[in-house]
Amino acid sequence: MALLSFLFNSKPKTASAAKERLQIIIARERSGRTGYDFLPALHAELIAVISKYTKVDPKDITLSLDRKGDLEVLDVNVVLPEVELRP
Amino acid sequence: MARIIVITSGKGGVGKTTSSASFATGLAMRGHKTAVIDFDVGLRNLDLIMGCERRVVYDLINVVSGEANLRQALIKDKHCDNLFILPASQTRDKDALTEEGVERVLNELIHMDFEFIICDSPAGIEHGAIMALTFADEAIIVTNPEVSSVRDSDRILGIIQAKSRRALNGGEPVKEHLLVTRYSPKRVDAGEMLSFQDVQEILRIPLIGIIPESEEVLSASNQGNPAIHLKGSAVSLAYEDVVGRFLGDELPLRFTDYEKPGFLKRIFGAK
Repeated sequence: MALLSFLFNSKPKTASAAKERLQIIIARERSGRTGYDFLPALHAELIAVISKYTKVDPKDITLSLDRKGDLEVLDVNVVLPEVELRP
Repeated sequence: MARIIVITSGKGGVGKTTSSASFATGLAMRGHKTAVIDFDVGLRNLDLIMGCERRVVYDLINVVSGEANLRQALIKDKHCDNLFILPASQTRDKDALTEEGVERVLNELIHMDFEFIICDSPAGIEHGAIMALTFADEAIIVTNPEVSSVRDSDRILGIIQAKSRRALNGGEPVKEHLLVTRYSPKRVDAGEMLSFQDVQEILRIPLIGIIPESEEVLSASNQGNPAIHLKGSAVSLAYEDVVGRFLGDELPLRFTDYEKPGFLKRIFGAK
């Protein structure tokens, strides 16, 4: 068997493995590279602006960025404190 | 109108400086006034590859910090009258390379009627590499047909698309070119090496040329001659093609097909 593979010089074709691995890792790295590193700053500024008008716990302001197909959705969620209504 | 071209790769050792030297020399040999700047502060090597290391007096950092003027620092190439080298500093801190300083040097070169300004980037994605690509109009991405080089090339493309002046100003994006170096058609034929088509399919940018793997590149660098001066060699012809395509010539690819040696060649073991 060793003699056969020596005669026919059948080395494994590793280039296709390289290509496949690269396609997967690069697709993953590209999807994480959208340049949205402004989210923390936006979060801090939103807290500042909203607290100017109402008392709100910073923990109740959440930001998230979702990707749905080709669309990117910025989701801002603000939970206002419960206010007792005067009779 | 002057064009600023960054030669970059992310990964080290893929042939950025070799390609910068030959590309700049090729442009100058075609009659264009060209400057080539080494951005690798602390690890300067372009001077050795161009064979002008003993003529370095002032460097890029001296000019950026106002200790010397640009004309004092530019070194005229030993072969081409219209080619000038601006070496990197070997001793200074790389943070001395400020964005304002680099912009001023580039503007001054444009004022001196340089047609092409080649920025030889350091490896990595740190300050020096960012400075080299910030003001680029075009980028030549040097890539070996090998997994880590291809991945790093993709990474540096992302950085060009995010941090270059053109990207930040929202104008026309930096024009990208793929240069595949150290290519071995024989190993591609045997399925051991990524083909240039594979690399291009993954990176998705236009191909400007393919430089075959060659032992002659080492002998050229040993002597301080850019590889494009190796008359008649595959490497020099391939670099001439790159320059031609860059200037708008339509040239077919060469040195990409492997010819199996004939029976006699195999018997007598020709190299």
